[in-house]
Amino acid sequence: MESAVWEKVKDHPCYSEEAHHYFARMHVAVAPACNIQCNYCNRKYDCANESRPGVVSEKLTPEQAVRKVIAVANQVPQLSVLGIAGPGDACYDWNKTKATFGRVAEEIPDLKLCISTNGLALPDHVADLCDMHVDHVTITINMVDPQIGAKIHPWIFYKHRRYTGIDAARILHERQMLGLEMLTARGILTKINSVMIPGVNDEHLIEVNKWVKARGAFLHNIMPLISNPEHGTHYGLTGQRGPKAMELKALQDRLEGGARLMRHCRQCRADAVGLLGEDRGQEFTLDQISDEVTYDASKHDAYREVVARERGDRAVAKSEATEMVKAAGSGKSLLIAVASKGGGRINAHFGHAREFQIYEASPRGISLVGHRKVEQYCLGGWGEDATLAGVLAALEGIDIVLCAKIGDSPKAQLRGAGIRGTDDYGYEHIETAISTVYAAEFGAKPLAATA
Amino acid sequence: MAFKIIASQCTQCGACEFECPSGAIKFKGEAYVIDPQKCTECKDAFDAQQCASVCPVEMTCVPA
Repeated sequence: MESAVWEKVKDHPCYSEEAHHYFARMHVAVAPACNIQCNYCNRKYDCANESRPGVVSEKLTPEQAVRKVIAVANQVPQLSVLGIAGPGDACYDWNKTKATFGRVAEEIPDLKLCISTNGLALPDHVADLCDMHVDHVTITINMVDPQIGAKIHPWIFYKHRRYTGIDAARILHERQMLGLEMLTARGILTKINSVMIPGVNDEHLIEVNKWVKARGAFLHNIMPLISNPEHGTHYGLTGQRGPKAMELKALQDRLEGGARLMRHCRQCRADAVGLLGEDRGQEFTLDQISDEVTYDASKHDAYREVVARERGDRAVAKSEATEMVKAAGSGKSLLIAVASKGGGRINAHFGHAREFQIYEASPRGISLVGHRKVEQYCLGGWGEDATLAGVLAALEGIDIVLCAKIGDSPKAQLRGAGIRGTDDYGYEHIETAISTVYAAEFGAKPLAATA
Repeated sequence: MAFKIIASQCTQCGACEFECPSGAIKFKGEAYVIDPQKCTECKDAFDAQQCASVCPVEMTCVPA
């Protein structure tokens, strides 16, 4: 990666897998209006317990959003990015997006600004985005063929009228490509989000990947369709299924070598707060924020110093571990699930994990290839067997689970499912532990631990 | 001759407020409301009513 690009992404948890172990983002839900309809979105949905794009509990005015951003920045030292991701469309509901960014930039000048959009209104605001130093833009692009688009987006509202079917999808496609090209020409980094919808656009996303790569996209993020019937979306109500974890991985693996893939996305809410794998949004609802808040950079500055040191150590550990796995010369691969609370270390208990980060160790090295969400099954010391069944299902295809602590009972149940769980590497750097496991598995000499 | 918003179905996204060419839609109390004195049903301005065209919930911006 060029150093100028690295400077832009090194503190952005969504644009850099490495950064997501250390830095947090927050979304403010200031942009509820949208100019298109998607079959995976229910615009009425609002739930505190759901974690997925487009869902919020509390819409904010720009003034309320600024107060919330300051309150979070004062209490979450990892915060490095403010994003506007709806719950509608940040470019369509532009006045609110612009007002929020303008005020926040005055209060916290070093906070990165970032938006997510469907692209339809994007070309109209590229100049403003440049002026406001928004250097990260995500466009959701599910198709480059209007025939397929018509199955995903039933209508759009453009130039004062509603378009449906192929006409709608064609306009949307043209505007998305134009917006992407305009951003690339101005050096704004783009991430393309594509929702993988089995039987609708799954194979087609290979074509999408080629198109966006050719137009300079920095990252391509293939996300699994979420379509639970209780969410009330068109797909949910008509029984359109989402992909299984291994189907998603298989498609992502086929795309390696095309546009760079984001594989650490957690599909967060439009009002998420925290590291990507956690959501602290409920700690920062408006009723908990005082009317007068002033930005205090002290925690933020102290944290940056710690991260700078920790990151250097981890980079060395990671590169040694990767070399070791490559040098083992085994030709085999392992899928490893890691329980982590951040910092790039194995530092969460098996029963407390809300998700596992999935790593693949193979002759190509060690890389994060995805994550699996699970229900915490251990609350207050007693593991519930019913929930562990859900955890086992979520860990389908995994060889080994690494965590900071695991009890004998869950360990035995994992073994019954053909998965080995261990806390032998608790608190080590993730990659170092994986290289040791890989060496033990395939007979090479392990590295000394660098915990 | 005016449109109205069925409040129980409204998502309160506010798109109709800024699309309305007559400035007839405002958030009042706890709901978006169309002022029947100002609403022209977009006659002479657009082919279709803007509120109904942009609204994400079918049959929510309807003739009063």
